[in-house]
Amino acid sequence: MNALLRVEQLRKAFGGLKVTDEVSFSIRPQEIAAIIGPNGAGKTTLFNQITGQLPPDGGRIRFEEVDLVGRSPQDIVRLGIGRSFQIASIFPDESVRDNLLAACLSRLNQTRRLWRPYTSHLQAGEEAMAILASLGLESQANRPAYELAHGDQKLLDIGIALALRPKLLLMDEPTAGMSPEERQRTRTLIKKLWQEYRLTLVFIEHDMDMVFGIAERIFVLNHGRLIAEGAPESIRANRDVITAYLGEETG
Amino acid sequence: MDLPRRYKFGLLWTAGLLVFALVPLLMTSRYQMNLAGHILVWGLFAVSFNMLWGVTGMLSFGQALYYGIGAYSVGLLVTRVGAAWFFPALGIGLATAALISLLVGLLVIRMTGVYFTMLTLAFAQLAYQVTLKWRDLTGGDDGIQGIIPPGLLADKTFYYYVVLAVVFFSIWVLKRMAYSPFGLVLRCIQQNPERVRFIGRSVRMNQLRIYVISSLFAAAAGALMAGMDSSIHPDMLYWTTSGEVILMSVLGGINRFFGPFIGAIVLILLEDVIGAKTEFWPIVIGSVILVIVILFPRGVVGEAQHLWSRFRGDSSQRSPA
Repeated sequence: MNALLRVEQLRKAFGGLKVTDEVSFSIRPQEIAAIIGPNGAGKTTLFNQITGQLPPDGGRIRFEEVDLVGRSPQDIVRLGIGRSFQIASIFPDESVRDNLLAACLSRLNQTRRLWRPYTSHLQAGEEAMAILASLGLESQANRPAYELAHGDQKLLDIGIALALRPKLLLMDEPTAGMSPEERQRTRTLIKKLWQEYRLTLVFIEHDMDMVFGIAERIFVLNHGRLIAEGAPESIRANRDVITAYLGEETG
Repeated sequence: MDLPRRYKFGLLWTAGLLVFALVPLLMTSRYQMNLAGHILVWGLFAVSFNMLWGVTGMLSFGQALYYGIGAYSVGLLVTRVGAAWFFPALGIGLATAALISLLVGLLVIRMTGVYFTMLTLAFAQLAYQVTLKWRDLTGGDDGIQGIIPPGLLADKTFYYYVVLAVVFFSIWVLKRMAYSPFGLVLRCIQQNPERVRFIGRSVRMNQLRIYVISSLFAAAAGALMAGMDSSIHPDMLYWTTSGEVILMSVLGGINRFFGPFIGAIVLILLEDVIGAKTEFWPIVIGSVILVIVILFPRGVVGEAQHLWSRFRGDSSQRSPA
């Protein structure tokens, strides 16, 4: 089995609370997968361990046969794992273009340069414009990022992650806080980006239209445990999943 | 007149250089030239400090440490070893500042916010106490007098032009840096350090780098000052010196590259004008500063640009939310 990401027996507890409980799964190259589960199921915590923000208590995380546990977030990003956040993580005072330029310059290893103006780097400039076009944010290029509407800030966050040309992209609730129309637009856009950039994409989401609409595989977490994984049809019919969402044992 | 930005900028740059270059020719006393020289050196010190604070968001309250290292390197070597050591002393001062700022930097960048500020203050105060108590080496609170640079540099007017050249060159270098990819990363660190890590860059490494760079230019300013005033004193390492560049930056505006330089002009001229009129000048200056800060929260430069863009009815200009 040729997995891009392999998580084995991952464990993490905060005090007595097991937030990640013996979780094992793997992600295949170029698939699009969703992680779902009730609030507090440990979805974001799982991302935080993969991306190096939070050290696991035990278990292994391997990315292209490289062990990720113990590495810093910036190392992991440079190995090829990009991330967007539940609350848009952008550089608010910079223009939309410069937000993307920062990411492009970082990918091109140009950020140590301290002489030439950052706006004069042609390749970074072209890459940033290409991302802007993919996101449909060209008309906003010169606006400071804090002025963008909430939904556009979320897109910019995704754009920053895309600019790093990640082999694996992790998105934490890409449609959180969006209006129904924005959700619809974002759903289509993410599917388009996945195809256009040939991404391997894993997203956490509460929007079930998005989850069942575009994911090829779905992982279900509850109380830190992976209680189900499989194609959308099998998840929809899974008794444990239905209980987790509707049953009385959820908190 | 809608000139492209870079020409407009070149014009301002040339105008500033001209004004300072004309001071020795138009002055009525040597005192005015000395005042202009002070503005230049403090301007460089303040601009270098603001690369830490206004650009990267690291409020150091201890840049006097490096200013003092530059000043005492020149002062000690020129008076104890010989005037010919002026330039080597400058080099040694910069090298010492680089080494110390690297070591101190490794410790202080582990802290953020007010803890960073307090720790930088502690290191600078430590250096101040050492300078004060180590009489045999530093002359204690007498400081060091009679620092006469060699050859042509001993001429005050010639020295002034050297200061002018070094300061303008240094500020130009810092400005290039502020708008380089490295400068962009620094601004990003101020706004969202976590995101900087998640574009694959180390926050601490870049903070350390700008801490060392900023300290180098502070040391250069201190070295220039030693040759200009021909005397130095431990107060150059005291916390009020660090406070002075913070004040200059606030007055001029920390979000504009040239803000701290304009702030240096304002503060030094204020001290000069008011200091000549009344012995209660600290109270008067304090009140004036208070008024300026309350009336112009963006600083003098930030406020001027804001007014200018409103005057032109230019709604595309950014205004803070």
